[in-house]
Amino acid sequence: MSAEVGQQHPLGIYLKIWILLFILSTLSYMVDYIGFQGYLRWTLILVFMFLKAGFIIAIFMHVMWERMALVLTILGPPVALLFLIGAMAIEGDYTFGARVDYFGANPNAEPLPVTHIGEHEGEAH
Amino acid sequence: MSEAVASNLDTPKSGLPGLVDDWTSDKQTYHVPWGKAMMWIFLVSDTFIFSCFLVGYMTVRMTTAEPWPLPTDVFALSLFGSDPIPLILIAIMTFILITSSGTMALAVNYGYRGDKRKTMYLMLATAALGASFVGMQAFEWTKLISEGVRPWENPWGAPQFGSVFFMVTGFHGLHVTGGVIYLAVVARKVAKGHYDKKGYEIVEIAGLYWHFVDLVWVFIFAFFYLW
Repeated sequence: MSAEVGQQHPLGIYLKIWILLFILSTLSYMVDYIGFQGYLRWTLILVFMFLKAGFIIAIFMHVMWERMALVLTILGPPVALLFLIGAMAIEGDYTFGARVDYFGANPNAEPLPVTHIGEHEGEAH
Repeated sequence: MSEAVASNLDTPKSGLPGLVDDWTSDKQTYHVPWGKAMMWIFLVSDTFIFSCFLVGYMTVRMTTAEPWPLPTDVFALSLFGSDPIPLILIAIMTFILITSSGTMALAVNYGYRGDKRKTMYLMLATAALGASFVGMQAFEWTKLISEGVRPWENPWGAPQFGSVFFMVTGFHGLHVTGGVIYLAVVARKVAKGHYDKKGYEIVEIAGLYWHFVDLVWVFIFAFFYLW
């Protein structure tokens, strides 16, 4: 607990979290590999992202064993970012609407298909 | 008051009462080595820099009426003549960074146990994994540049795709490169015994930086590559 002697914890907890992070990374990759779309995709991405971030911060960066004064200094200020995200999302939505409504942009345009170099020759690279 | 100060001297309270004590007892607030407190303050400020990039990316992707290129296709790669596998290189890079976070966590642990050899080797392993991550990123950049992706245009859709890609992954790659150098320097000093008297907090501080770089990648992977 005391920070004076540094953060000493049994090795086992690091190994367990390490394996857990591998599993979570695999799961988040599977979201793309299987090809989930829409709200299911976004929810799964966010859930796996927050779990991974949480374990890294809490265990690997030892935040769960730090004193409250340091924990709040670390985790407090980033809360302000939620307001930035919210404000920019509202503004972005408005800009997109204006481009569609007043500038004739097509809201349903599809990206052009991706062809990789060498693919037509059946070459790997 | 005197009671609180007295109790603070032997065993500090934890939780909220501890928070009040730490901030009101008219002395050092953070009971950690100054280097660790400063590293945390740097990391919090770095959080804001990366957040500005990612929020800027969100805004640009929301506002553009041109279609956003699909990362799952753009970052697909054929391995050994197979059909293109979606995001495979990015997945491998993610696993490499997580592996390096694990070796770093073990290095911190062995550092506090005073096992210099293991600490040094684990830190060098972490740095080597970080270097291979940067190498793969260089490969990814080369591939995309050869396919015509530029910060101002790309062959598939919204031109902002290129600017976000180069900006965000470039800034992250710069952090990884800096981390590799930082870890190599600290590993060398560990091996030379420079921390025998000072203590091994420095390994934990270097570890905080490295885990932060991994943490940022978690968000880039989710928002830029998977979204």
